[in-house]
Amino acid sequence: MDIMTLKQISPDQVIFWQWGPVYLNATIVFTWGVMVLMVLGSWLVTRRLSSGTEISRWQNLLEVIVSYMQQEIRQISQKEAGSHLYFVGTLFLFIFVSNLLTIFPGFVAPTASLSTTAGLAICVFVAVPVYGIVSRGVLGYLKQYIKPTVFMLPFNVMGELSRTLALAVRLFGNIMSGMKVAAILLALAPLFFPIVMHALGLLTGVIQAYIFAVLAMVYIASATRAQQERAEKEEKGNGKEKGEVS
Amino acid sequence: MDSVSLIGMASVITAGLTIGIGAIGPALGEGRAVAQGLASIAQQPDETNTITRTLFVGLAMIESTAIYAFVVSMIILFANPFWDHVISKAGG
Repeated sequence: MDIMTLKQISPDQVIFWQWGPVYLNATIVFTWGVMVLMVLGSWLVTRRLSSGTEISRWQNLLEVIVSYMQQEIRQISQKEAGSHLYFVGTLFLFIFVSNLLTIFPGFVAPTASLSTTAGLAICVFVAVPVYGIVSRGVLGYLKQYIKPTVFMLPFNVMGELSRTLALAVRLFGNIMSGMKVAAILLALAPLFFPIVMHALGLLTGVIQAYIFAVLAMVYIASATRAQQERAEKEEKGNGKEKGEVS
Repeated sequence: MDSVSLIGMASVITAGLTIGIGAIGPALGEGRAVAQGLASIAQQPDETNTITRTLFVGLAMIESTAIYAFVVSMIILFANPFWDHVISKAGG
């Protein structure tokens, strides 16, 4: 919180090191910090995994996180988590950890920069067709754009673009607003209120991490699931017809 | 009135109006959504998990319109392109 002045709305504007056109801003530094922390932490924990009844507390923590994410994905997509877990879980953990680390003074969440959130949203934008094509084939995936009629094609494409923009701006706006409100209150009433707003900012950060992951999962599920529903419907329809015939 | 004070005045007034008016709709919508969600939980306590999850996601979607208004007002206040242009021109 201290390294950004009130005038700066993005950690992109805080430059730590510059050499000609090459520079390191706070977003890059803290993104790599979070990445190193998470990779090192998971590596340290998973070095000594045990499958017995005695497990270390850190392994227990990671197992709780992973199984919780699997369970949530199963509830949303109505099938086994599978490869969705790697993508959605990574998004969730990155946003979650970088939002929670703001309790350390001097740390600015990389998600408070529009560049980071736009990058994450573009990852979702690319991942949705990839998962869709893998599960339904190119034609099957493209066909959903002309449903219910061909005239809906521009609206479907626009919806795809605008929801990517919404993902990016929502996360950025929430985290940035939490930071900004805390900074403004620090200038107005520095004794107690900034702590309350900071706690509220932590809550918002956790909820936003959850929501980003859930929305990514919902988008992926909607790209991969439609075919199953249609198959089930046809099956039901056939059953009804048969029932009527007999 | 010179353009600096004109742009400054317009920016401050517009930023306040943006977040003020932009918060009305989402506030009404969120209040309605939460009221409905609580009523559903009271009716069907078994479905609390599903209702809560859907409620949170829905709230985030509703809230995002307020967040757009907030982001726009922040841009007007802190990263105003017209203001920067005028200041850089006045500075040389």
